[in-house]
Amino acid sequence: MSTEILSRIQFALTVSFHFLFPPMSIGLGLMLVVIQGLRLWTGKQLYVDMARFWTRVFGLIFGIGVATGIPMEFQFGTNWARYARFVGDIFGSPLAIEGIYAFFLESGFLALLLFGWHKIGPRMHFFSTCMVALGTLFSAIWILVANSWMQTPGGYHLVREVKVVAEGKQYPMNADLSGQPFTIKEVPLPADYVVTPEDVPHVRAVIDDFRAVILNRSTLDRLCHTVLACWISGSFLVVAVSSWWLLRGRHMDLARGSLKIGVAVATLACLLQMVAADSTARGVSRDQPTKLAAMEGLGASRKEAPMGVVGVVRWKRDAGGQIVGVEENAIRIPSLLSILVSGDFLHPVEASETEVKGLAELPPDGFLLRRYPGASAEELAKVRPQYWPNVPVLFQTYHLMISLGVALVGIALLACVLWWTGKLWDTRLRFVRAFLWLLVLTPVLAEIAVQAGWFTTEMGRQPWVVYQVLKTSDAASLVVKPPQALSSIILFSMVYLLLTVLFFRLFIRMVRKGPTTEAGGRDLPETWQPLSLKSGRQTGG
Amino acid sequence: MDLNTFWFLLVGILLTGYAVLDGFDLGTGPLLLCARSDQERRIFLNAIGPVWNGNEVWLVTGVGALFAAFPQVYATVFSGFYDVFMLLLAALIFRAVAIEFRSQRPGKRWRTTWDLAFAISSGLSAFLLGVAFGNIVWGIPLDSAREFQGNLLTLLQPYALLTGFTAVVLFIMHANVYLVLKTDGPLQEKLMNWTRLTVTGYLACFVAMNAMTLLGCPHIVGAFRQRPLILGPLFLAALLVTFNVLREIQKKRPGRAFASSCAALVLHFLLFGAAVYPNLVYSTPNHAYDLNIYNGASTQKTLGFMFVVAIIGVPIVLIYTITVYYIFRGKVVLTDESY
Repeated sequence: MSTEILSRIQFALTVSFHFLFPPMSIGLGLMLVVIQGLRLWTGKQLYVDMARFWTRVFGLIFGIGVATGIPMEFQFGTNWARYARFVGDIFGSPLAIEGIYAFFLESGFLALLLFGWHKIGPRMHFFSTCMVALGTLFSAIWILVANSWMQTPGGYHLVREVKVVAEGKQYPMNADLSGQPFTIKEVPLPADYVVTPEDVPHVRAVIDDFRAVILNRSTLDRLCHTVLACWISGSFLVVAVSSWWLLRGRHMDLARGSLKIGVAVATLACLLQMVAADSTARGVSRDQPTKLAAMEGLGASRKEAPMGVVGVVRWKRDAGGQIVGVEENAIRIPSLLSILVSGDFLHPVEASETEVKGLAELPPDGFLLRRYPGASAEELAKVRPQYWPNVPVLFQTYHLMISLGVALVGIALLACVLWWTGKLWDTRLRFVRAFLWLLVLTPVLAEIAVQAGWFTTEMGRQPWVVYQVLKTSDAASLVVKPPQALSSIILFSMVYLLLTVLFFRLFIRMVRKGPTTEAGGRDLPETWQPLSLKSGRQTGG
Repeated sequence: MDLNTFWFLLVGILLTGYAVLDGFDLGTGPLLLCARSDQERRIFLNAIGPVWNGNEVWLVTGVGALFAAFPQVYATVFSGFYDVFMLLLAALIFRAVAIEFRSQRPGKRWRTTWDLAFAISSGLSAFLLGVAFGNIVWGIPLDSAREFQGNLLTLLQPYALLTGFTAVVLFIMHANVYLVLKTDGPLQEKLMNWTRLTVTGYLACFVAMNAMTLLGCPHIVGAFRQRPLILGPLFLAALLVTFNVLREIQKKRPGRAFASSCAALVLHFLLFGAAVYPNLVYSTPNHAYDLNIYNGASTQKTLGFMFVVAIIGVPIVLIYTITVYYIFRGKVVLTDESY
């Protein structure tokens, strides 16, 4: 296997392992703010116990998130050096901002949250909680700015480095000027310039407009979609642990309280997610139509395009084994894709007349002709599949995400109904017990949906690393050889396996041990006591 | 001062911050093996418990700032030092595993095994960081496209091994002084006695490393000739401050001793920065391909924008980081939630 493929495997491995944890910590961050806010508002001891327990869980998840996040910061340079050179002027900035504004905020105040119960009072503790939650949100914002720019690049132009000699004549960087003195200058390239593999060391993207980089066409959609997914993951984690306690008959007050807060946040986030997901998908249909067609396995362009529910998509190959198209074999809802793409839900009949482009026309002829000037229609049809992502896999990950997402919305709504009718607390009912066991599984469903979503968006970007600008195959490090990449994959796999074992051991132990209510919170300084028992000042310690 | 110099300083400050902060918790690893009882080892681990995770944020941010400001340097060094950095990453993550696993079970064999794992991964992290720095000072072979022309053995040359070893000894000294600050009673006495060995050990390494630099790195000698009035005093100050660590320990002033130890690290980095400025990567033997803060940098527009970002953000970070450390001042107390 080539360094490129191995580096892609390594990046997928490290980033998906890493991203198991941030969704939970971003979601839990919000939960902690809600809990601590309730504690300040009501002054109940229950919320102090709750906050102490969930803060410990947050600390564990955040710790593993930091440890697995360090490789992410390194790998753009170690494995994707040509990418780093090409986009450094643009892509490095959000990463640095993330470090300065998000990571320090999270880690600094998290220390206060975890170890500061005896050292700071409730108000300062609430403030620290807000800062940690804000930090998690900032980190989401800046990493999504960076990632969205790879999907829908904007606010930049390309430049080429050239050698300029005394009389102003320009030579390419690899020209041998036989000792003639020269200076290096960067000349701008036209907007529709096609980057070739030979260009890569000496062509790079430079910034025009920071606003356009930060708020590129997909940033807001993808930010909302991801943050809501994180809130869903975090709130369902709280729901799951509380349900487990209910089933076991432990820490009942705390379990009920946590479950209520968890279900409330989860339901809200799930409902908002339907809007955000719809908007994200419409953004993809506008900015990355090839990706949308690939996600749905849509071969030919058509009106009344259906949307798949479950099924398979296979490659259609010619006699020589070359990919020429796709075959979809799935249960489909008629016209739904056309309606979703148009976004006009009030007039579904007119909306279903919206034409959705299929892979047979994507990427469009104009795009291909710039890369293959003067090619005939047959030649274009032949090269077109090279610009498609892996449709069979993409179809599966995309529909897995949607199915799980819809299931989670249903589960959240059902939980609300049971809560409303009071049945949720009657753990003797078999139906309720079964439903609580389902709730215990929800964080796993949410995590799978998040991962499937990210695989869809990142694999859907292929074969590009910067969409329709730089190919992934031109981005890998030249100096890294396949054996090196292979050994680092093995190294990471071993360490991450240990981390997984560690996480489950610590997490299960925490849940088993539950909140430390033995002392009834009386081990804390007086400022934490319920208002009725408190005699003194508000802050201190 | 131009923007490129500002970013040279800022990346330097972030990496120095990392060395000063994560230095003592990396150094705690090897020192753990010198502690006899489980009680002592737990005190060591809990001295770094609340902070070690946060300290690694300095590395992440330093690397992010390097990427933003000097992407060519980031790409060249990180792809060139592939094996070293991959091992470093694995070691840094493995430390987190070791420190957590250790407190899972009370058995002696179990704990000794994980202590050893923690010590080795911490020591290895320090060593690899030192190796990376050594190669930056010594120079690495680059081609016209600024790609590294060598392999792992190129990086493990004698000078880099010496700087790697120096980094380990330096961090052990730093950790030793930090632990004096964080303990009391007989354990503090014992740690104070260790400083005689760790500080002199570091001084020996420091002198040996500088001697080898002057003998083997013509470009650094050139820098010394060019700005002797900056580099000379810095060198002397670094020596004096390190001696001062011993003096303060003898006078039983652990706070000042730790401040001196931090100052020694800062001066060490200042010396490094002042010697290489404005270069970032020396291309040895062909200096035509050197990367400096101009040909390896982002555009002025990016540096300018990020200047505004940093000038607002970094002071805020410093204020609350110092506040958090201030809140957690004082000696280690073992509780239920400790390691």
